Amino acid sequence: MRLCVQHLTKEFTGTRGERVLALSDISLDIEPKEFICLLGPSGCGKTTLLRIIGGLEQATSGCIAINSHHVSGPDPMMAMIFQEYSLFPWRTIRDNIAFGLEIRNVQREEREEAVDTYLSLVGLTEFAESYPYELSGGMRQRVAVARALAINPGILLMDEPFGALDAQTRNMMQRELLDIWQKTKKTIIFVTHSVDEAVFLADRIVVLTPRPGTIREVIPIDLPRPRDRTSEDFLRIRRFVLSLIDETMATREDL
Amino acid sequence: MRWYTKLILPIILIFVWEVLAILIGNEFILPRIESVIEVLFRPLANIFGQGSLVENSAVSVFRVLLGFFIGLLAAIPLGIFMGRSDALEEFVDPVIQVLRPIPPIAWLPLALAWFKIGLAGIIFIIFIGAFFPVLINTIDGVKRVSRTWIETACTFGAKEAQILSKVVVPAAMPDIWTGLRVGFGIAWMSVVAAEMLPGTSSGLGFLILFGLNIGQLQVTIAGMIVIGLIGLGIDYLMKRVEMRYFGWKGLEK
Ligand SMILES: Nc1ncnc2c1ncn2[C@@H]1O[C@H](COP(=O)(O)OP(=O)(O)O)[C@@H](O)[C@H]1O
Ligand SMILES: [Mg+2]
Repeated sequence: MRLCVQHLTKEFTGTRGERVLALSDISLDIEPKEFICLLGPSGCGKTTLLRIIGGLEQATSGCIAINSHHVSGPDPMMAMIFQEYSLFPWRTIRDNIAFGLEIRNVQREEREEAVDTYLSLVGLTEFAESYPYELSGGMRQRVAVARALAINPGILLMDEPFGALDAQTRNMMQRELLDIWQKTKKTIIFVTHSVDEAVFLADRIVVLTPRPGTIREVIPIDLPRPRDRTSEDFLRIRRFVLSLIDETMATREDL
Repeated sequence: MRWYTKLILPIILIFVWEVLAILIGNEFILPRIESVIEVLFRPLANIFGQGSLVENSAVSVFRVLLGFFIGLLAAIPLGIFMGRSDALEEFVDPVIQVLRPIPPIAWLPLALAWFKIGLAGIIFIIFIGAFFPVLINTIDGVKRVSRTWIETACTFGAKEAQILSKVVVPAAMPDIWTGLRVGFGIAWMSVVAAEMLPGTSSGLGFLILFGLNIGQLQVTIAGMIVIGLIGLGIDYLMKRVEMRYFGWKGLEK
C-alpha cells in the first residue's frame, strides 16, 4: 500500500479569528510495509497531519492518495489508534475489538473469528470478557491496536499511542508493536515526540519543525532489528536526530 | 452506618406521633397509628365504596407509566438530536428554558381547558412532569460523549445512524437514565396532584383527598404511606438497573 502526500497545507482559524498555519507544503511518499515515524516537538502539527491522512480533518490544500486513488474522508484501508483513551467502556474487550467489523456489517461468526485472532496476537485472550476499566494502560492500548487491526487495514495511523505509559511498559509495547508489524506487514505511520522511540521503531524518521509545520528532514534508519538502544550506532543516530531538533527549536527562538 | 442506626429516628417519630395522637384525642386531626395500620393491612378491602388501596394504586401506577412513557418517547429522541446539533439546540433551547421552570401543576388549568376531566388531562400533567428532566439530561449526556469515541467510529466508516446507535446512545445512556429517574420522581408527584382534580374518582391522589372529605384521616395517611413506598420502590428498581448496566460510568479512570 503506497501512500502519497502532496503539497499538503492546513490553516486553522483560531478563537479570535486569526489564522494559524499548522502545516505548510508537506510532501511525503510512503512505501508499502514501511514504518514511518513523524517526529517533532509538540505543536508542530503531527496530530493534524495524521488526522488529515486519516480523513478526520480536511486539508486546506494539497492531496492524499493511496495506490494513486484519491483519499477524502476516512478510508477503509486505514485505521487510527488515538493518543488518548479511546476504548468503549460499556463494551467488553471482545466487543471493543469487534467494533469496526460491526460497523462494516461483517457476519457474527466471521467477526468472532477475527476477534479471536487479534486477541491472541496482542496476548489478551484471557481478558476477552473483561471491561476496559479492568485493564492497565498498556493493555488498553493493545486492545486499541487489536481493534484497528481487526478490520485488516493496509495502513495503521498511530498518534503517540504509548505517550501515557511508563517507560518500561512503553519499551515493551514498542517491541510488541514491531513484532506485530513484522507479522502483519502493515504500513505504519507513527507519531511521537520521543527521539528515542523514533530511532528504535522507524524505517524512516520524518522530522517536522513548528510554525508552520514543515518537513525539516527525512532520515532513513538502516540499523538492523532488534535494535540495541545502547549500541554505538543507535546512540550516534539518536544524537544526530536530537541535534536536528535542537537546531529547529533554536531557529524558532530566534524568530 | 450500621443498619439499626437507620431505624432510630423512624421509631422516635412513630412514638411521638402516637403520643401526640393520644394527647390530642381527635381522629379528625391526627388518627392513631392503629387505625392507619388497620387500613394498610387490609389493602384489598373496599374503602367506603371507592375501591381498595391496591386498586387505587394500580390506577395511579398505570396513569404514571402511560404519561411517563409518552414523555420519554418525546424527550429522548428530541434530546439526542438537540445534543448532536448545535443549530437545533439554539433553535429550541430558549423555549425550553422558559417552559422548564413552570411546575407541572401550573398546567392544571390548561389541562382542564383542553382535555376536560378525565384520563387525558392527568396524562398531560404527567407528561409535562417527565418531559423536561429527561430532555435536559439527554442533551447533557449526548453533548458529553467523548469526541474520541465518535471519531473512532468515523475512522471505521460509521454513518450517522451507526454513530448514534453504537456510540452516542450507549455512551449517553447513564445520563439519560438519570433523567429517567428524576423524571419518574416528578411524574409520580404530578400524578398524585393531578388526581386531586375535581371530577377524578380514582387513584391514590383522589383517595387521600377523599379521606379528608369524609373525615377519615387514617385513609389519607395510609394513602400517603403507599404513595411514598411505591415511589421509593420504583426508584430502587431504577437504581439497580443503573448499577447493573451503567456501572462502567463510575468505574472509568
Ligand atoms: N482545531 C484546531 N483549531 C485551531 N488550531 C488548531 C487546531 N488543531 C490544532 N491547532 C493548532 O495547530 C498546531 C499543530 O497542532 P497539533 O497538530 O496538535 O500538533 P502536535 O500534535 O504536533 O502537538 C498547533 O499550533 C495547534 O494549536
Ligand atoms: Mg499531538
